Amino acid sequence: MDVLIYFIPISLFLGGIGLTAFWWSIKNRQYEDPKGDAERILSDEFDDRPKQE
Amino acid sequence: MTVSPAPSNANTYEEERVSASACPACLAAPSAEQLAKSGDIKGARIMLSLPTAHCAVCITDVERELMKQPGVKSARVNLTLKRASVDAETGVEPAGLIAALDKIGYESHELDAGMLSATEADKRGRDLLMRIGVAGFAMMNIMLLSVAVWSGAQDATRDLFHWVSAAIAIPTIIFSGQPFFASAYYSLRGGRLGMDVPISLAILLALGISLFETMHSGAHAYFEAATMLTFFLLVGRYLDYRTRAVARSAAEELAALEVPRATILRDGVEVVVPVGELVVGDLMRVRPGGRIPADGEVIEGHSESDRSLLTGESLPVQVGPGMVLSAGEVNLTGPLMIRVTAAGKDSSLHRMADLVAMAESAKTKYTSLAERAARAYAPIVHILSFTAFCAWAWVTGGDFRLAVNIAAAVLIITCPCALGLAVPAVVTAASGKLFRKGLLIKDGTALERLAEIDTVVFDKTGTLTMGAPRPQNLSDLSPKALSVAMALAEGSSHPLARALHQAALGQGATAAALEDIREVPGYGVEGHWQGQIVRMGRANWIGAEEGASTATHLKIGDEAPVSIRFVDSLRPGAEEAVAGLVAQGKSVWLVSGDVEAAVADLAARLGITQFRAGALPMEKAQLVADLTHEGHRVLMVGDGLNDTAALAGAHVSVSPASALDAARTASDIVLLGQDLAPIAEAARIAKHARRRIKQNFAISIVYNAVAVPLALMGLATPLMAALAMSASSITVSLNSLRLR
Repeated sequence: MDVLIYFIPISLFLGGIGLTAFWWSIKNRQYEDPKGDAERILSDEFDDRPKQE
Repeated sequence: MTVSPAPSNANTYEEERVSASACPACLAAPSAEQLAKSGDIKGARIMLSLPTAHCAVCITDVERELMKQPGVKSARVNLTLKRASVDAETGVEPAGLIAALDKIGYESHELDAGMLSATEADKRGRDLLMRIGVAGFAMMNIMLLSVAVWSGAQDATRDLFHWVSAAIAIPTIIFSGQPFFASAYYSLRGGRLGMDVPISLAILLALGISLFETMHSGAHAYFEAATMLTFFLLVGRYLDYRTRAVARSAAEELAALEVPRATILRDGVEVVVPVGELVVGDLMRVRPGGRIPADGEVIEGHSESDRSLLTGESLPVQVGPGMVLSAGEVNLTGPLMIRVTAAGKDSSLHRMADLVAMAESAKTKYTSLAERAARAYAPIVHILSFTAFCAWAWVTGGDFRLAVNIAAAVLIITCPCALGLAVPAVVTAASGKLFRKGLLIKDGTALERLAEIDTVVFDKTGTLTMGAPRPQNLSDLSPKALSVAMALAEGSSHPLARALHQAALGQGATAAALEDIREVPGYGVEGHWQGQIVRMGRANWIGAEEGASTATHLKIGDEAPVSIRFVDSLRPGAEEAVAGLVAQGKSVWLVSGDVEAAVADLAARLGITQFRAGALPMEKAQLVADLTHEGHRVLMVGDGLNDTAALAGAHVSVSPASALDAARTASDIVLLGQDLAPIAEAARIAKHARRRIKQNFAISIVYNAVAVPLALMGLATPLMAALAMSASSITVSLNSLRLR
């Protein structure tokens, strides 16, 4: 059972990564325009300038 | 003339507004006055509504075109909201951008950016989502550890797992449980026992008992149950919030479309001011086609005024100096100069708002199914759990640890996971469905109330009809007369003239060559044709006899005048809506302020047997009140100011998007498209939704009926609690998705 010493922190760490990613996506308003994002992927124009807020 | 608005006046006005809009519906759609205040602040950000945008090409086209405009720094289309937000240098006019988009074939409208900022920063929604995320991740991690415990982890390993679970659960509950704790605190302080009290109690008790057991190396801990409870309940909360937020943002957009401003003369200069800043004595200039912003007396100019939104009468009224006009009328033909006689709380618009407030307060507050469930549920749960505690403490002779454990298990198992999802999941599914059909539900309980109606009252002008006239007897005209009439109609922007021109074009007529065409505001159009004077317009101007229906009259030289009669065209879907409602067994009424003949004619066309003509606003409200008194549940469909009191007094109300702001505010459901047919469909969907909600309640009761006795007997384990909770929540959600 000694392996738990590694496994528990690892599982918590991985969970933490997921949570951080979720936090980032909310903070960056990734869910603001789901319909538009679904369509934008079909566009030939690349939107690589940072959004000017 | 007062140059600056008196601050005291503005203040009392504001207070009046607040009291008048003390209804939930008014919060959804801000009033014109509030709009007016945020009025001319035109920052660097311009918002445009793009009703026709729907694809990837639309996005690129619109963004590229906007970026090409001088002064535009960035443009971004939001397809979900069908809006474009443009960052531009000051001085860039929305009108220019709209014209540019129009050129490439996209319809767009200016939106009041100040009004919409509230929706933009959707803080509450993101906040809830974050709490859901945290609760979800904690739930999964704890479950991982709990599965190990349930499959047989012993002694030190079990204790370690419980401690790790505690370390995850405690901060999670503190963060994610806040919405429940806050609302439970408020309801306790208000002396009520809401749904959130047992929820908070269950979460906190589960957490406390688990921590205690963990400290004493106990076998059972409910950490996963506590986080799961929080997670599922937050999902229900979020669905509920989303439905309301979507409705609010769409309602806000409707309100933001009409920016209420008035053009007034100050020291001989024309300035545009928000309507809220008008004071008595101001001189307003109203152009043809413009809506009159405040009550006033005509000083200068002749025109005709369309009062259909206020009174329901379809015939325009002749207007000249000395006449008093009310806010909300539409000026049709000539420019008018009007002196403001009443602004703010004295205006007829505001008196109408008072009427609405009265009707609102007279209406008993509707208790939704969820509220009724919570009211019955909260005491039962508390009593059950307390009884379990007492009974077990007595049976075991004072084993309080066991008694508290069982009481907590009862609370956790009865906790309304499925009950919390039962209503929001169905309402979300139903309002999404209705939204796609063009109906916007402004109020969460509107759907339930719509399911109960048995009587439908329709307004005529602007609701069942388009408020747009169509010539009826063009075939009576000789080809010569038709071509002259068409040529004269070209010279005017009057709705009748435009309709006549359109219809003549449709018949393939060509306009006669006329000279010196000029419009005589308030009377009609005249010109010269082959050396004769030709005139078209009001009966008394032409020398014709006045008829009962809407008509214009044509006179060529010395010939006898010819009348061209108009009928109001039906709104698309009106026949289907009425037929559909009748088929569902509802009794349908038609009420209008218009003359008897016009109302009876329309009623006959639509197959409506019960109608009332010449009804004043108060009489409309009275009819609704009488029907309600007889035990009917009334759905009122109306668009005008004269309907507002009836709309507010009805069990549930619908208004088209073209309705006046006040009417939209007073109604629970807004019809976004032109088509009326969705109303019958909505009544059907609402009934279905209500059935689903009741089924959901039944499902969660069944789960409780099985699990509660086990919990009371002390046989419930954390595994069972987790299973019952997730299984009931998932069945309820799936059942809601079956809505058709």
